[in-house]
Amino acid sequence: MNSGSLNGPWDIVIVGGGNAALCAAITAAEAGARALILESAPKPYRGGNSRHTRNFRCMHQGPLSVLTDSYGEDEYFDDLMLVTKGKTDEPLARLAIRSSEDCLPWMEAHGVRFQPSLSGTLSLSRTNAFFLGGGKALVNAYYNTAEDLGVTVAYDAEVTHMHLEGDQFTHLEARIVRIEARAAVLASGGFQSNLEWLTRAWGPAAANFLIRGTPYNRGVVLRDMLDQGCESVGDPTQCHAVAIDGRAPKFDGGIVTRLDCVPFSIVVNRDAERFYDEGEDVWPKRYAIWGRLVAGQPGQVGYAIIDAKSIDLFMPSVFPPNRADTIEELGAQMGLDGARLAATVAGFNAACRPGSFHPTELDGLSTDGLAPAKSNWARPLDTPPYYGYQLRPGVTFTYLGLKVSDRAQVHTARGPVRNLWAAGEIMAGSILGQGYLAGFGMTIGTVFGRIAGREAAAHVN
Amino acid sequence: MSTDLIAEARRQTEICNACRYCEGFCSVFPALTRNKVFADGDITHLANLCHNCRGCYYSCQYTEPHEFALNFPAALAEVRQESWERHAWPRPLARLFHESGVAIAAVLVAGLAFLFGMLQTLRPESGAGFYAYLAHGALVTLFLPAFLLPLASVAISLRSYWREIGGGRLGWRDIRGAAASAARLKNLDGGQGQGCNFERADRYSDRRRWFHQAVMYGFLLCFAATSAGTVLHYVVAMPAPYGPFSLPKLLGVPGGILLTVGCAGLAWLKTKADPALGAARVWGGEMAFVALLGATGATGLALYAATGTAAVPALLAIHLGCVLAFFLLLPFTKMIHGFYRFATLVVEEQKRRA
Repeated sequence: MNSGSLNGPWDIVIVGGGNAALCAAITAAEAGARALILESAPKPYRGGNSRHTRNFRCMHQGPLSVLTDSYGEDEYFDDLMLVTKGKTDEPLARLAIRSSEDCLPWMEAHGVRFQPSLSGTLSLSRTNAFFLGGGKALVNAYYNTAEDLGVTVAYDAEVTHMHLEGDQFTHLEARIVRIEARAAVLASGGFQSNLEWLTRAWGPAAANFLIRGTPYNRGVVLRDMLDQGCESVGDPTQCHAVAIDGRAPKFDGGIVTRLDCVPFSIVVNRDAERFYDEGEDVWPKRYAIWGRLVAGQPGQVGYAIIDAKSIDLFMPSVFPPNRADTIEELGAQMGLDGARLAATVAGFNAACRPGSFHPTELDGLSTDGLAPAKSNWARPLDTPPYYGYQLRPGVTFTYLGLKVSDRAQVHTARGPVRNLWAAGEIMAGSILGQGYLAGFGMTIGTVFGRIAGREAAAHVN
Repeated sequence: MSTDLIAEARRQTEICNACRYCEGFCSVFPALTRNKVFADGDITHLANLCHNCRGCYYSCQYTEPHEFALNFPAALAEVRQESWERHAWPRPLARLFHESGVAIAAVLVAGLAFLFGMLQTLRPESGAGFYAYLAHGALVTLFLPAFLLPLASVAISLRSYWREIGGGRLGWRDIRGAAASAARLKNLDGGQGQGCNFERADRYSDRRRWFHQAVMYGFLLCFAATSAGTVLHYVVAMPAPYGPFSLPKLLGVPGGILLTVGCAGLAWLKTKADPALGAARVWGGEMAFVALLGATGATGLALYAATGTAAVPALLAIHLGCVLAFFLLLPFTKMIHGFYRFATLVVEEQKRRA
């Protein structure tokens, strides 16, 4: 960070450099405010987890941009209730949902380009608008728009402390630099890349989790605000984790580390034993459960085994699978006891029964007399070559965040902080208290980023 | 075949195939979803389908410093470049002229010297227009082989390339589809007409497509002008010089202007774009080729403008020297990309329907 260029005075300082931060900065700058973005990542990694996103879940009354048909408020809200099991703040959730329809044209007007649903995601063509080139293209477009509006951006600028006096934010510290501003927006994400915090919250097993997104969401500002008595929402011990390729990088593996093979496989643990029904439901409804399941196994690792019949039934994996002509050999390749794996497979094969197999629907082809059962897609593993994929839990985001009002204002027990707003993952726990709804994180970030930018600009004008 | 380059492109292709965020930019990404395993010929095909718009690079969350270190446009450019050099005939000439702008300049100088020499020694007794300086027969004797031999070389290359990428029997439907794509440079429009990420990095710009269209249509107009002249000469027995409203001039003058402006534009954009997103080792050869092509257009225009002045013989030699160098080097310079691209677009149509 070059502190020389950061001399104020600033109207609004925005902590964070992802989607919510950029929406806030652009909105504030368009309202005439002098805005500064402090992004903790270096420039190539700017954009937080938004870099890895791919779509925006959007309410719409009729066909809108690339979105087909319609997606009304109630259906959207029902979808949210289904995944959160009711853990949501209904007024805030409905505000996000209702505002999303206006957001899409706003996004297009600020440089974001959409494309029709990607191959293999047709089920989302009605509800989710995909970004042309994905989230990094969106982030680039917003940085360019912000730059054109005169917003200043500092990279490698990790904010370490927000200074509050009474019900006012006065200045912040970014390591040794002190920056004053008349208002601030916090959009610095969750704490999922802070392994120390994760292990404190979840237990020592969390040290073996992979972090799917940015290594820069360390929760420094979130911790600082909580320590100063800001009100929190969301379960502090929980994170959203999915089962991903166990060979993925520790951080930032993103979309390509997903593995869609589980429904067609048997999944065993380190001891070559099965532990859960692999065919309980279609994969989009089960991948998050498998994050937890694998996290609960010894060593936080699982192994999905398929045979040649299934290799083309799912999206290609980023790393080639282990491959062998016998189960024993495959097991040995993956560091498992080959004989025990062969026994597990033999037991599974013996429990399979004849029937018709339909990879794209619940086909009811289940095992007979096996515990745990496999309820669908249970075909014997009998056609070499056999393939194996290692699975590990991959953390997407954490739920703990700051409680905000419907104007995105941050609160302490004594009431609102008059010139401090929050947007994006740092406050998403209010709305998404459990589970995950594809593309909804970007909706929350965009809606509340714009609200925070608007409110902060109104405060300083 | 360079196994290293293919292996690196394959590694990156497999990562892209697991991501697919870039599906909307160009034909490469929908094409790669057809496979899970990529044979060498598949990689060569994808590499030649890529028009180096760079949209995928600037959108990619896996570029360096990420450990996946994706630079898909460069990986494909390296494979593409290598495929042109490998299929070229004679092969050693290809690498030399693709890489070396100096070598291209040397051929140009030789061409110029040769033409000046011809003007000195073969000056005809009589003749109108250019033919006052260089007889038609002498021109044909020189340029017919200089045109046909390179084309024969290109045909040999394309045949072996076609086999490598698994091209099938030529059908009209595929040619039509490829022509529609080439005519609009669809693979350079960013998928939505916003253009590519060339000279403005992560901002889109359609300039490269416009300048390239100027070059392509300018070249085709110039070629049509020459063809029209040939027809007038041999079929209608109407030899040059032609007036301003004759077919050769009506085609050639706008063609020359488009060619000159387009080449100047492309060269200018090239100085601003990041060379690390292409085949960096051929930057000099590419630049020299663009200059040669532009000079061919510009000297043609200058020659026409100088009609009736004392500058004609010198300009004639310079222009014809450029034309000669251009044609002789055609199989060994960036000019070859047009042939490979078109062949690839045809094969892509075939594969898409298969």
